Amino acid sequence: MKKNHKFRNKTIPLLTTVSPITIWLILLVAAPLIYVFYLSFQSTDGYSVVYKLTLSNYKELFNPTYLEIYSNSFVLAVLTTVFSVLFGYPFAYHMARASGKKKALMMMLLMIPFWTNSMIRLNGWKTILGKTGLLNTVLEKLHLINAPLEILYTRGAVLLGMVYILFPYMVLPLFASIDKLDFGLLEASNDLGANKVKTFLHVTMPLTFPGIFSGTILVFIPSLGYFFVSDIMGGGKSQLIGNLIENQFKAANNWPLGAAFSMLLIILIIIIVSIYKKCGGDIKDLGVM
Amino acid sequence: MRQRKKSFGKTLSGIYDLLIYGFLYLPIAIVVLYSFNTSKRNIVFEGFTFQWYFKLFQNDALLQAYGNTLIVGLSSTVIATVIGTLASYGMSKYKFRGKNVIDSLLYIPVVIPEIVLGISLLAIFNIAQIPMGLISLIIAHATFCIPFVVFTVNARFAGFDRSVEEAAMDLGAGRIKTFFTVTLPIVMPGVIAGAFLSFTLSIDDIIISFFTTGPGSNTFPLKVMELTKTGVTPDVYALSTIVLAVTIGIVILSQRDKKPKSK
Amino acid sequence: MTGDKKAIVTIKNVNKKYGENHVVHDLSLDIYEGEFLTMLGPSGCGKTTLLRMIGGFEEATSGQILIEGENVEDKEPFERNVNTVFQSYALFPHLNIYNNIAYGLKMKKVAKAEIKDRVQAMLELVQLNGYDKRFPTQLSGGQKQRVAIARALINNPKVLLLDEPLGALDLKLRKEMQLELKNLQKKLGITFIYVTHDQEEALTMSDRIAIMYQGYLDQLDTPEGIYEKPKTKFVADFIGESNIFDATVKAGTNDTVILSMEVGSALGKASSDMTFEESEMVYACVRPEKLKFSKQPVEGFGIKGVVKEQIYVGNIIKSNIVIESGQTLKLSRMDMDEIPKVGQVINIYWDLEDVVIMKSSAHIIHNVIENVNLGGV
Repeated sequence: MKKNHKFRNKTIPLLTTVSPITIWLILLVAAPLIYVFYLSFQSTDGYSVVYKLTLSNYKELFNPTYLEIYSNSFVLAVLTTVFSVLFGYPFAYHMARASGKKKALMMMLLMIPFWTNSMIRLNGWKTILGKTGLLNTVLEKLHLINAPLEILYTRGAVLLGMVYILFPYMVLPLFASIDKLDFGLLEASNDLGANKVKTFLHVTMPLTFPGIFSGTILVFIPSLGYFFVSDIMGGGKSQLIGNLIENQFKAANNWPLGAAFSMLLIILIIIIVSIYKKCGGDIKDLGVM
Repeated sequence: MRQRKKSFGKTLSGIYDLLIYGFLYLPIAIVVLYSFNTSKRNIVFEGFTFQWYFKLFQNDALLQAYGNTLIVGLSSTVIATVIGTLASYGMSKYKFRGKNVIDSLLYIPVVIPEIVLGISLLAIFNIAQIPMGLISLIIAHATFCIPFVVFTVNARFAGFDRSVEEAAMDLGAGRIKTFFTVTLPIVMPGVIAGAFLSFTLSIDDIIISFFTTGPGSNTFPLKVMELTKTGVTPDVYALSTIVLAVTIGIVILSQRDKKPKSK
Repeated sequence: MTGDKKAIVTIKNVNKKYGENHVVHDLSLDIYEGEFLTMLGPSGCGKTTLLRMIGGFEEATSGQILIEGENVEDKEPFERNVNTVFQSYALFPHLNIYNNIAYGLKMKKVAKAEIKDRVQAMLELVQLNGYDKRFPTQLSGGQKQRVAIARALINNPKVLLLDEPLGALDLKLRKEMQLELKNLQKKLGITFIYVTHDQEEALTMSDRIAIMYQGYLDQLDTPEGIYEKPKTKFVADFIGESNIFDATVKAGTNDTVILSMEVGSALGKASSDMTFEESEMVYACVRPEKLKFSKQPVEGFGIKGVVKEQIYVGNIIKSNIVIESGQTLKLSRMDMDEIPKVGQVINIYWDLEDVVIMKSSAHIIHNVIENVNLGGV
């Protein structure tokens, strides 16, 4: 009698609520990734996958032609993250310090642009930064320059595009962390003799570090995988890891090699997240969106 | 003297924030502006016209792409919201073996780069022979939306007073009745927020859609990506402007709708 | 008291374990129809767990719970004829007061018109007329309390379970609500099973009190019985103030018991329902207001002490007296009575009826040690 009771009260409700997501996650997150791992060891005949175990894909990863691509991707990701923190932190700080109504307004104004399609917004930047674009037109009219600047299709433009697209992923975790800060602590610091700079370095920064940390993860990792920003803003001149993967799965039709490149990214991610956790990062902070 | 320093600091902060907002809104302003451009090639602003706001409805390819985006967005949001809300409820209420595993699995779609998720879904759809088109898109979108719904609803369940569920059962409501008459209404703000987040992520998705779409089921972002190579015509910008206006409208209305805060 | 009353809730040998944690020990208790019974005890004594088992929110590990003679083991909360008033009130925040109170009736699919009448009657009963359209967040603690009671009572339960309902209220409001609840119970004639850790509350409101300690039922009695004749050291300590002595029983004459203590001897009256062996170790408990003092030694008593300090509490004066063993005794008097002076050396005694002798578990241990020491002689 008692066993029936427990089944009715606990087991059935538990199963009803939790099994849909469990099945979904296993079939559509765990299984695909495991398959990619498996796929990275297979071969191809140029048209489709040939299921023959091989390490040739992984050997290919070390091909010197790719090394420049790897370093470009890495450098771009690092720069994107650094600039995001630099520009995002003061902004997040001001937002956290604002009073209730202003805070909500600032947040809303922050998010509205991100309800417009990314592609559209990047095209907007193209129009601004192009040779005959807005920026050049204005600068020429003000006689600040003689010939149009080549901003579009440079590394700088790509970086701008990346920071632009990923901005909220840095600001939101920063904001969450700064918002939790007890501002009374800053007053205490001042009271104890520290000026603004010292207070920032010794109190604010350490206490808001979790936000910086999680924001970094949320910007750095996607940056490694993006390819469309550099395609649009950089004219496809510089290839990134994302382009490599995209290419293997589309034009080159070499899925096993594409899977190997993906594994490279996955391993990198695992290392980064492990470092994050080891340094005291909380996975829960990463779900802040 | 300190007062002056303070207000100087405040002014600087204000200017900084305005610059950031300027940076954020500049391309959008351009988009809105260029939706009125008389030039079809849309590289230089030549003249002012409303024509594109009407012409866009003749652009079948564009409308179909946007329609697909909406269908995929709504369908995946419904799926993600139902599955995610149920999961959040179950996980907040019950302790069970494997809870940690599910928790970890939930973070994977959030943390890994979208391209990895995209190609892995493409690969699995391939061997499972899932039809590539709206169906594959909906499944893929739901997959990356579910975690966000779960996290959002979890936040609502964090402060949830379990005793209201016991009170409902004490007063004669069975488990299912309790869920629909008491639990769900109380966490509804979280559910709606989760659904909204899910929809937003879905309609803007580029990378995952890129790999999981099929012939004839272009989405709006992918269509724009195509057009970027040949030049984005003003009617596309017009559509974006309309969408933006509607979004802002909805947000403003929802703010007005909030119940008055009490004691 | 027992014969003619019907037991409406019967708890038979109920145990509750959470893993290794044994929270309720083999507890048996009959609760009579129409009575106000309080389960009293400190945090962790198991009283709330027991209440929740009656309500159906926890399952007993072993034993039976009968409501109106029926074993309710398999019954969910929504299948039982009892209703609960929760400690946190648990009002539905998304429903107004009317719909909160009407909830139980709606679940039973009562007709709309009837619901309207009954809710109105309830609102009047708890003095919240006109509040029907408000929401829980707009009410004060005391008002929420009354809505919670109305919401439960409207279903005409046979038994009302109340889980520390007054805990969150300030003192004055709490005292008012205690009277209101007591009057309500008398008026409606419903059985109230009440849980609290506040002994004054229990003594004020209850017909009977079940005192629980560490999962055991220490004593089940009327408030007077519990106060005047505590059965265990815990009860004596928990209810009111007491002076508790460790003593050994020495046989006396007639019904007088000689208590041998570290500081000397004392006398007590043997009661018919308690038997003690020679040399049994017991606790002797005397209330502060029953302690007597004199300058001269009193026959049969050998307790002497010094008045160390006095505390004035309104119209009562409490004196702390330190006796030779180091123990501090508490003596209380009204301010118009005779009071010892600070620094005075006095002899302590009491009326023989005023001491309660309780069994001590140390008795068993001592016996064992004695036997070992004396080689079993």
